[in-house]
Amino acid sequence: MSTSENKKEIKVFQILVDNNSGVLSRIAGLFSRRGYNIESITAGVTADPNITRITIMTSGDDDIMEQIEKQVSKLVDVRDIHELKPEESVYRELAMIKVRADASQRENVIALANIFRGNIIDVSNESLMIEITGNSGKVDAFIRLISGYEILELARTGVAGLGRGTKNIIYINDMRLGAGISDGPDRD
Amino acid sequence: MNGADAMVKSLAAEGVEYVFGYPGVAICPFYDSILQTDIHTVLIRQEQCAAHAASGYARISGKVGVAVVTSGPGATNLITGIATAFADSIPLVCITGQVDSQMMGSDVFQEADISGACESFVKYSYIVRNAADIPRIVKEAFYIANTGRRGPVLIDLPIDVQQQTVRHFSYPESVNLRTYKPTVAGHAVQIKKVITQLERAKRPIICVGGGVHLSNAADEVIRFLEKNQIPAVSTMMGLSAIPTEHPLFYGMVGNNGKPYGNRAMNNADMVIMVGARVADRSISQPDLIMENKILVHIDVDPAEIGKNAGPTIPLVGDIRHVFEEFNKIDFKADYTDWIDQLDGYKTDARDAKRRRMFQREEDILAHQKDLTGINPVQFIRQLSYAMKEDAVYVADVGQNQMWSCSNYIARGGRFMTSGGMGTMGYALPAAMGAKVAAPHRQVVAVCGDGGFQMTMQELATITQYDIPVKLVIIKNTVLGLVRQYQHYNYKDRYSVIDLGTKPDLSLIAQAYGIGYLKLDNSLKTDSTLAAFLAEDKSMILEVDVDRDELC
Repeated sequence: MSTSENKKEIKVFQILVDNNSGVLSRIAGLFSRRGYNIESITAGVTADPNITRITIMTSGDDDIMEQIEKQVSKLVDVRDIHELKPEESVYRELAMIKVRADASQRENVIALANIFRGNIIDVSNESLMIEITGNSGKVDAFIRLISGYEILELARTGVAGLGRGTKNIIYINDMRLGAGISDGPDRD
Repeated sequence: MNGADAMVKSLAAEGVEYVFGYPGVAICPFYDSILQTDIHTVLIRQEQCAAHAASGYARISGKVGVAVVTSGPGATNLITGIATAFADSIPLVCITGQVDSQMMGSDVFQEADISGACESFVKYSYIVRNAADIPRIVKEAFYIANTGRRGPVLIDLPIDVQQQTVRHFSYPESVNLRTYKPTVAGHAVQIKKVITQLERAKRPIICVGGGVHLSNAADEVIRFLEKNQIPAVSTMMGLSAIPTEHPLFYGMVGNNGKPYGNRAMNNADMVIMVGARVADRSISQPDLIMENKILVHIDVDPAEIGKNAGPTIPLVGDIRHVFEEFNKIDFKADYTDWIDQLDGYKTDARDAKRRRMFQREEDILAHQKDLTGINPVQFIRQLSYAMKEDAVYVADVGQNQMWSCSNYIARGGRFMTSGGMGTMGYALPAAMGAKVAAPHRQVVAVCGDGGFQMTMQELATITQYDIPVKLVIIKNTVLGLVRQYQHYNYKDRYSVIDLGTKPDLSLIAQAYGIGYLKLDNSLKTDSTLAAFLAEDKSMILEVDVDRDELC
């Protein structure tokens, strides 16, 4: 396969997995040992407590993207993997940014946060903590802007996403709680 | 009933007849419970060999091989065997004892995170927390191991779970795995596309891989070849699926393959890869070999398709099923010219080989080359003809493997080797497992003196359990393949390849009470082989080969 002429791109995959022990490590392990990039990874339980949604933002060429889909599908715990295409999906990321700001700077920082619909979630004599939610571009833009002040600490969650509308929902018909699992909550 | 009882009952329900293993405290409840069942146990002498023996058993029986060892070092010793089985897609269920589940994670005596350690080379793994889950887990484990692309499954079984009371035991009749549904039936549209392309093709070739053995499809593939007169080649893992002297068979491909097999692949206008990974040793440059060709890739694992070469027609499905479908379709095609061309390649190569062999003898006579000992190429050919037609031939790893795979003549028997992982020492324990699976078949293991010494302790096992294995040790007193590599790539600057002449194999044989023969005169090859293979009892044949022999 001619990989050289293929361009690197960024894609977001949504992976639905059975909530078995070690499942996150199996997915992360697969990415690391096969040399796939992880730009960001988030995981959390879905409306069905037996199923976890993992959102992975990754980069690579077409061949790598195809292998990612195939290799991830192969894992026994994986129910589904599909790309969240930008035009058909919504991505969100949350960032918490702690900025050094004394009483004289506070007003300006709050004003900036307001423009980006950020919330102030902690205040001290010398600092402010801002919560900002949006797609990665918006978060990046805000961080660039606020870095005129001294950023003391920064936490980003990574991208979570969902497809728009009702088209690509793949497991909703099987959402009877605990479908197929009748022998207790511990399923290793 | 306790968890261990539930485990052995579950194994019995799966039809398990043999368990290869090594007990220790953490798996003692299991080994206590197994006494209640009819399952035979084989005490191997080092845990790696439990997995290899189970692998040999699985390859010959088509059933899942089972290895059961203790926690900590027992489990970690098993790892090489598991990785070897994974690389060759061999169905195993490996059960490891584990420390008390309450103590897990606190580094207690003989604790090792075996499921974590094996993660990247098992098909799936379980840590059992509740004894009540055991029947379901065993059912799933056997199903996962022996469906789709086969592979090893690990069950880590803490000792307290083995001792837990199980009130009610019922073995599930079916699995309920929402996330694991391998494709068996090939897509009808893709099957049609392949046939349409075959009708158009002038120079098609089928390349069979290990998947043909795994889906037990050799007879269907041969039927397809013969019906439509399509030539075929094989990867090392696919050897013996088609008899070597079949008129439509053109040998093994790859960097140790037949020149005419590789020429056939290069000049074909349509290549059908069947259960083959298109891995580096068979197809070193997938880009080049696939130029100007229609490539069809048939595999049960969709992730293999397109991994190394982008196929024109991907076909996901079980090979047996796919070829049954192929065989239902009649189509018109005539590849006579192509077959004539391939026969020409074969004649060219045979002439060249004869010249080389002749040259070798001449050089020796003229003292140009100082080769003493047996010619391994000749020897393997004579061995192939001396063996029973349906015999199992287990090749080890190294130069001996290359001599084996390129000179073994399949006549209805089975060739197997550690192809993907290249694990030295595989042959003896795998041959033991194969003989257990098919007691009435002759089983011959061929290894070098390096590989032999990696697992020679299993001579005790085959003697103790009376598992007759014919063991050929090609002794050249060096790590031949590494030496050959250093010969070519480091200009004869040899480093750490000398094995010395010890041990004295006749004394080893005597120590284990096994018959011993030595071959150092090529004129005596046939008579020595006849004596070596005469009775169905274990025998060691030492074959002295010059260290300068290249493969």
